[in-house]
Amino acid sequence: MQQSNGYILRYTAGLTVGCALVLALVSLGLKSKQEENVLLQIKKNILATVMTLDEKSNVTDIYGKRVKSYIVDANGDVVKGMKPEGQSSSFVADQYKKPVNERQLPVYEIVNEADSTKSDYFVLPVYGYGLWNNISGYVAIEGDLNTIKGVKFSHVGETPGLGARIADDEIQSRYVGKQIFDGQEVASVVMQKGENGGGNASIAAYKGNAHAVDGMSGATITGKGVNNMLQEYFKGCYKNFFLARRTGNKQASIN
Amino acid sequence: MSSQTETLVKVEPSEPLFSKKNRKLLVDPLDGNNPVTVQVLGICSALAVTVQLVPALYMAAGLIFVSTFSNLFISLIRNSIPSRIRIIVQLAIVSLWVIVVDQVMKAYAFEASQKLSVFVGLIITNCIVMGRLEAFAMANKPWPSFLDGIGNGLGYGVILISVAFFRELLGSGSLFGIKILGSDSLTGLAYQGNGLMMLPAGACIIVGLLIWAQRARNGYAEDH
Repeated sequence: MQQSNGYILRYTAGLTVGCALVLALVSLGLKSKQEENVLLQIKKNILATVMTLDEKSNVTDIYGKRVKSYIVDANGDVVKGMKPEGQSSSFVADQYKKPVNERQLPVYEIVNEADSTKSDYFVLPVYGYGLWNNISGYVAIEGDLNTIKGVKFSHVGETPGLGARIADDEIQSRYVGKQIFDGQEVASVVMQKGENGGGNASIAAYKGNAHAVDGMSGATITGKGVNNMLQEYFKGCYKNFFLARRTGNKQASIN
Repeated sequence: MSSQTETLVKVEPSEPLFSKKNRKLLVDPLDGNNPVTVQVLGICSALAVTVQLVPALYMAAGLIFVSTFSNLFISLIRNSIPSRIRIIVQLAIVSLWVIVVDQVMKAYAFEASQKLSVFVGLIITNCIVMGRLEAFAMANKPWPSFLDGIGNGLGYGVILISVAFFRELLGSGSLFGIKILGSDSLTGLAYQGNGLMMLPAGACIIVGLLIWAQRARNGYAEDH
């Protein structure tokens, strides 16, 4: 059966409007739940770099008690009147588009459970580009501002089972205990090419090297993306903050 | 004219919901007429998302949902679709369901959706879904189309999960992320992960072996 052009046009218009309506309703109905997931995920990622969370832990509660947050500029000075929590969930991504020395950089200090004036760890968000799309993460550094306590990486479109493994605990555990500084210079932590069997074998392979971690087989370019990301944020963005805090002559005034 | 045909249809004795013919729609794609191993459709994603079992499971569930509801929906409106733009209409309906699946996963299965990343969106281009719409749903009533959608989705899922089983076991020595082989695993067997299985080429070999095994068993041969 051959339909008239008018019918086809009306049909297309109707179909488009119908589909758009359904999608708009679905998106509207799920939006608050999705935004909630994203914001909770941010808090969870920050906390998960330094502690083990299980399904029962109340992330919002722990976050409120343990996290002291502020924003610094590339000189390492605190930006007054700004809090990371007040920014949109894409704040780090938006800042990433600016030149390194103009970025505003969130810092999440995890305070000691017993004495809230003492900082146990510093958690810093990082952002970069993998193979297919953006990658991001959080790096937790010990109070010495040198040793890595833990990392959490996530990604938008890395290949499942290959580059997407940066989001797995197995890969992230390789960064624990590595060091950012070599003397007074930032050496960062570099993922190598090739993989030494995975699991504990991978950790053992680079035990003696404080600035190298085992690679991911089949995901060399994602690994390079992670390296560039860490390099850029350690060397460019947060270096002055590290140095100021390490020498202790520029105590950040919070609030 | 149209009211006449409708009365004619009603006079026919109604077919039971799970008649032999309808059961065949559901079961056939699982083995004898499998979309992946027999019709060789949907190979691309069978190569891409089968490195680990968990993403393969979610992918299979997503595809079953999309193929079922696209089939049902297209079958419901099959008589009104202008034949000249039918492929575009099919594509629009498939995309609609794929986006719904993606959005729902982001709201209720956030971590799995992060793992699958772009591949949920790529269900749109899966040849099985489009193939069943064009070959079956355009010419059949809603209920058989619905069953055909489930059957073909399951047929695809079965292959996806078997490929993922072998790839995860041989490639990383684990199943569902739990270490099975290797010195630091449950069994303690020494095992060196096979890098080839982590790459799409490994999936190609496994899919090939599955096709061979299945065709040898069923005595199926391509027409010449």
